[in-house]
Amino acid sequence: MTRLTPGFADPVLDAQASFRAILEAMSRPGRIQTIAARISPPAPLCSAAGAAMLSLADADTPLWLDAGDAVGAWLRFHCGAPITPDIGAARFVLACGAAPSLDALDIGTDEDPQLGATLILQVAGLVAGDGWRLTGPGIQHEHRLGVLGAPAGFVAAWARNQAFFPRGLDVLLCAGDSIAALPRSVMIAED
Amino acid sequence: MYVAVKGGEKAISAAHAWLDETRRGDTALPELSVAQIEQQMALAVDRVMAEGSCHDRFLAALAIKQAKGDLIEAAFLLRAYRTTLPRFGASQPLETSRMRLRRRISATYKDLPGGQVLGPTFDYTHRLLDFALAAEGREAPATPEAHADMGDVPRVTEILAREGLMQREAATGAEPGDLTREPLSFPAPRPVRLQNLARGDEGFLLALGYSTQRGYGNAHPFVGEIRVGHIGVEITPPELGFAIDIGDIGITECQMVNQFKGSRTEPAQFTRGYGLVFGHGERRAMAMALVDRGLRARELGEDADAPAQQEEFVLYHSDNIEATGFVEHLKLPHYVDFQSELENLRTIRRAAEAERQEAAE
Amino acid sequence: MTEAGYNFAYLDEATKRMIRRAILKAVAIPGHQIPFGAREMPLPYGWGTGGIQVTASILGPQDVLKVIDQGADDTTNAVSIRRFFTRVADIATTEATGEATIIQTRHRIPEKPLTENQILVYQVPQPEPLFKLEPRRAETRRLHALADYGLMHVRLYEDIARLGHIAKAYDYPVMVNERYLMSPSPIPAFDNPKMHHMAALQLFGAGREKRIYAVPPYTPVRSLDFEDHPFRPIRAPHACAICGSKTSYLDELVTDDAGGRAFICSDTDYCQERQPVPKAAAE
Repeated sequence: MTRLTPGFADPVLDAQASFRAILEAMSRPGRIQTIAARISPPAPLCSAAGAAMLSLADADTPLWLDAGDAVGAWLRFHCGAPITPDIGAARFVLACGAAPSLDALDIGTDEDPQLGATLILQVAGLVAGDGWRLTGPGIQHEHRLGVLGAPAGFVAAWARNQAFFPRGLDVLLCAGDSIAALPRSVMIAED
Repeated sequence: MYVAVKGGEKAISAAHAWLDETRRGDTALPELSVAQIEQQMALAVDRVMAEGSCHDRFLAALAIKQAKGDLIEAAFLLRAYRTTLPRFGASQPLETSRMRLRRRISATYKDLPGGQVLGPTFDYTHRLLDFALAAEGREAPATPEAHADMGDVPRVTEILAREGLMQREAATGAEPGDLTREPLSFPAPRPVRLQNLARGDEGFLLALGYSTQRGYGNAHPFVGEIRVGHIGVEITPPELGFAIDIGDIGITECQMVNQFKGSRTEPAQFTRGYGLVFGHGERRAMAMALVDRGLRARELGEDADAPAQQEEFVLYHSDNIEATGFVEHLKLPHYVDFQSELENLRTIRRAAEAERQEAAE
Repeated sequence: MTEAGYNFAYLDEATKRMIRRAILKAVAIPGHQIPFGAREMPLPYGWGTGGIQVTASILGPQDVLKVIDQGADDTTNAVSIRRFFTRVADIATTEATGEATIIQTRHRIPEKPLTENQILVYQVPQPEPLFKLEPRRAETRRLHALADYGLMHVRLYEDIARLGHIAKAYDYPVMVNERYLMSPSPIPAFDNPKMHHMAALQLFGAGREKRIYAVPPYTPVRSLDFEDHPFRPIRAPHACAICGSKTSYLDELVTDDAGGRAFICSDTDYCQERQPVPKAAAE
């Protein structure tokens, strides 16, 4: 049996600091935040995605993932999140490979739109000040966010997702120790 | 020039010191021990455990001492402590036919298996102040003892159900919800309603239960049975795979038998209102059973116009910790919103006055 | 040292995670009330337990906390809540609005504009803006789902027809990002415009009613009104008796039994900053 790498060195304060970075990312869509906690999750999981899972997922949040058995075992051990093969039943969807179709995820109901899933999407890189043009709540004028290795057709799928607002799903983009968020309220243009 | 008043910090410290002093009262008198409260204020302890939603006689007695006998404040202390405790697991359902009974009465059958056991009750006492109690040191008269029947005692409702006259509520097999972890949502399933009522304010339950007897809800209740006693609590740790007894708790169970006209799908039969509370709390268990039956109105196809039948109304207002907090929060400063009302009222009156003068000119 | 026997910031980690998830969804759906499993706190319901749970879930050792009630740092409940966080989180506190990273408030928004580096946490007694018009939550949830806010418009219109004015002076309803009707908590309507496009994140916690909601930074927040009866923030038409401010929101003090009144800033930090430095301190 392979040994599991550790989770947060300080489970209380690392979780708090990671959450604040995620909250800042979600509040100001497209602004890139850095996760300070030093963790080494099993490949292919990057530290930002690992920290997001450790600080948000637990036994109450069914998790779907495509990151392989080592990551699954690591997350089961450190967060106790039940892993589900049914992507539509997952609160968190962790995608490290080819992104799943957004249409397959739970987007909540009109009365309970908060039940919409959170997609943690690991990408090749995040670049500030260039790329997609984001507008909406949290953004004074516009934010530019470059997403290296974004799934093909993502922007069009996002526009479809937006038509269901307030139902919808929210995305955390992770690369290395960087994180940026796309709440369902944000509009993305490719110009 | 006006100088702003300060001193919130100091005032709070002084107020709390004074509170401590008044709690102790006259120091010429011996201090009340927690054990004395636990033993001699036993029904207060039971109520605090029920409304504090935590079965621990010592902690409830301590809370009563700390709260100077204010039982809602004591229940609040216990709740605030309870919420910090880790959760190890859920117990197996209690099989109340296996209770060790101190009291068991039925108003529906003169005699029945297990018999009628009057037990320690205020019933049939004459409510005359007993001045002999004012003289301390009196020994309680010995209770005459009888041979205890240690066998299981079947529940009255089960006797009726076997005859097909008592509706059996189908077990869903679903895990019951827990409103200490998930907020209420509506329609609330019956286990959540019962949890809410079991922790609810006794006065509120009593008044609502009473209202169903006076025509607000069309109830025709009989006390099928009240039983008071102790029962073992069992948990099944996953690593063991079998149930182990973790100790006894005191409980009171009340099963109210109610008429039901029947519907298109169900024949006329009796239906149940159910009450189960921590400790010895007959009034509370009975009121709970009446309100439980009231809240089943919709499920049974009855009109649901009376207060005790309105789920949102009952469940959102039963909790005295929530209620007392919000009622008492009116003591907090509201200068800012009051000032906005004042200015608004002045503006409206100025405008009305101006209009009146214009009309007069 | 924080209080022995309790976790950092009082709440256990599972509770914090649950609240943090609710906060993130609240930010993603501006103005929508998220039900959450509010815990019993060691302070009474109605005394800020929602705000306290939100603050406890976001707070870290780097933060500097300011707590105000009615705009003032020295009101008894603000003192009590600040003490609570010093006890359970050993946190740095301040009375200076500019120095705080988290400001927990009851009934006011500070006069000094907030920045991107701050989070404003509101204590909310009643998160449902429609509650006086429709007390059943099952029904108001449906109305929010449909964005059907006709009830509120009718209520405001009736005020105008009867009184010539909208009679709501505090807890004045707002539309957030033109989708959700939201209660701004019982702040005076005077403060409503500050919510519009605020640089800081605004979080709202209602403990007894078990709801969390949010307004992200730079989000449109519109006070409901009518074309012929535009929204008007009201303040007492006086200057502060201490600092002379003619634009701040004022508390009214009764100074004698003969109709004497004085008006002073409700925001004590704002008022203090505007006062000349006292001689003793300057020397």
